[in-house]
Amino acid sequence: MAIEVRIPTILRTYTGGAKSVEGAGDTLSALLTDLDSKYSGLRGRLVTEQGGLHRFVNIYVNDEDVRFLGSLDAKLNDGDNVTILPAVAGGAFGFAAAAALLGRSTAPVR
Amino acid sequence: MSRYESLLEAAGDTPLVGLPRLSPAVPEGAPPVRLWAKLEDRNPTGSIKDRAALFMVREAERAGRLRPGDTILEPTSGNTGISLAMVAKLRGYRLVCVMPENVSTERTQLLRMYGAEIIFSPAAGGSNQAVAKAKQIAAEHPDWVMLFQYGNPDNARAHYETTGPELLRDLPTITHFVAGLGTTGTLMGTGRYLREKVPGIEIIAAEPRYGEVVYGLRNIDEGYVPELYDASVLTRRFSVGTQDAVLRTRQLVEVEGIFAGFSSGAILHAALAVAHQAVKEGIRADVAFVVADGGWKYLSTGAYGGTLAEAEDALDGQLWA
Repeated sequence: MAIEVRIPTILRTYTGGAKSVEGAGDTLSALLTDLDSKYSGLRGRLVTEQGGLHRFVNIYVNDEDVRFLGSLDAKLNDGDNVTILPAVAGGAFGFAAAAALLGRSTAPVR
Repeated sequence: MSRYESLLEAAGDTPLVGLPRLSPAVPEGAPPVRLWAKLEDRNPTGSIKDRAALFMVREAERAGRLRPGDTILEPTSGNTGISLAMVAKLRGYRLVCVMPENVSTERTQLLRMYGAEIIFSPAAGGSNQAVAKAKQIAAEHPDWVMLFQYGNPDNARAHYETTGPELLRDLPTITHFVAGLGTTGTLMGTGRYLREKVPGIEIIAAEPRYGEVVYGLRNIDEGYVPELYDASVLTRRFSVGTQDAVLRTRQLVEVEGIFAGFSSGAILHAALAVAHQAVKEGIRADVAFVVADGGWKYLSTGAYGGTLAEAEDALDGQLWA
């Protein structure tokens, strides 16, 4: 079963520069494990040691945020499209600048 | 009532209009599925941000954080800057906006017209340069007040106290509310209010998915989630690409005569997705969504004409919502 996964620029070092790769799995977790077998280290950039999705990573199945579809347990079907993106919503400039102004760290919560 | 003491009092209480042509058809005998647009472009400066700007300033005044003659510093090139500029003018404050020098000319002209001062950061440096500049300015002027819309609870409260009640008053049968996700203020405030009053209501976020250029600069370990954001208020969240946003923005004006900005097209795209799902499931739905602003400020992008591919190119690399 083939699922197309779009990889953000910042993670393409893991996929040999490929913008999109194919993977398999009936859940998001299974898909990421499958991808990690081909692109070692990729899963670790997306999933924390505690086993949850990294706070600043957004993953979408057919354009819908997986956090509202069961997160890593989100069900996948053949032909689904998965998109991985860094968390940067509208007003990205404002986010960064405002956070910096208030002395808030934009570094990850580890 | 349509008489007000000043422009400030005229903010909010925007029309909710049906979209009889864009609402999906249902089979005979099936419950109706209807789309409703809340026209936030009918606010004093033409966007939903008037609500938050007004509320944040009023609450800061009440709390004594903002005193007559004070300077407000806001790192924004968008609608919030324009709303704050208007409110600052009428309430007697000086507004300084920090923005990259490559923002559209409509933005800078509008801000200056309202009396705001603009400090530019070099376009070439991107957001890193802008952040550095903003940091520097804040350090030099510790007495300047930043309202910080991404973490200011009064941003969300504006919607809890105005947008939410207006929607329920005008559409007591509401089943879904769809809005854009930026500061998250609209969704958090309106969403909380509606969840308290309407059992089972769906609160749906539409967030823009930009061209690769925008994300290319971002490190996955250095994201920023607005302090206001509470995922438990939402029931679904959609990512809408540039092409879908442009397509729906054009449909809004071509089919229903509503001339909106691209973020509203993205919101309509998510609204249509849930509406079509309701039709498939045979359930009644009254889907209210936000038209955040009009299309005027985006005409210079050229994305209202030509093919969809051309429009997508025109918006590539831009923060269109």
